Amino acid sequence: MLFAIGVVGVVVRRNPLVIFMSIELALNAANLALVAFGHRHGSADGQVLVFFVMAVAAAEVAVGLAIIVVIFRVRHRLSVDDLSLMRW
Amino acid sequence: MSAAAFFLIALVVVGSALGLVLKRNPVHGALFLVVNLGAIAALYLTLGAEFLAAAQVIVYAGAIMVLFVFAIMVLIPGKEETGPDPRRRYRLVAAPVGLVLLAELALIAARRGAPRGPGSPGGVEAIGRLLFTDYLFPFELTSVLLLAAMVGVLLLARPRA
Repeated sequence: MLFAIGVVGVVVRRNPLVIFMSIELALNAANLALVAFGHRHGSADGQVLVFFVMAVAAAEVAVGLAIIVVIFRVRHRLSVDDLSLMRW
Repeated sequence: MSAAAFFLIALVVVGSALGLVLKRNPVHGALFLVVNLGAIAALYLTLGAEFLAAAQVIVYAGAIMVLFVFAIMVLIPGKEETGPDPRRRYRLVAAPVGLVLLAELALIAARRGAPRGPGSPGGVEAIGRLLFTDYLFPFELTSVLLLAAMVGVLLLARPRA
């Protein structure tokens, strides 16, 4: 079942185009690796950790999307190339 | 049988991940992400993690994807990725980085075989027991984090005075 990690890695490599969703993808890859390791070593600790990762991901997505919406409201444009200032 | 199911699901996972990355349209990307998350939930099931599979579907495919789709609909992006790319040189670095990661992975996979583990307890009872004994403090910390995120988002979404 360690081979599952292989799939995880394949999922991880990607360029940031739809950056946020890609972050979700990477988080999921790490989650899958954790579950697979837990399965291999016969412990449920990895699954608890994945549970925490899910909660943190939910919080991160909420805050991140809110920031993106605010930026769009101010800039009326949405591209990471424009965002070089830390203030507006 | 189980190996065949694994490869089938893995194929769906990788394919939808590639679709998410390669498609320009963010709505298509969101749909691919839903497929991806569902397939990963299926993988959790094959690994005996029933609770996580359910949580995956509820939290990710339910809550987080609704957020994403809302954001996409509100912002209606998609036009900004046309025209010349001002950072093309940096974007080209992505391919070698991905290849290096893949090579690293192949190296690890080649060195180690695929041993079968003893399997893990994946039921709600085992996880709940761990969560409320060994991991009680992180669990409570998570609730504080979620509260902080909620307050922060409310502050951000407030109309500016």
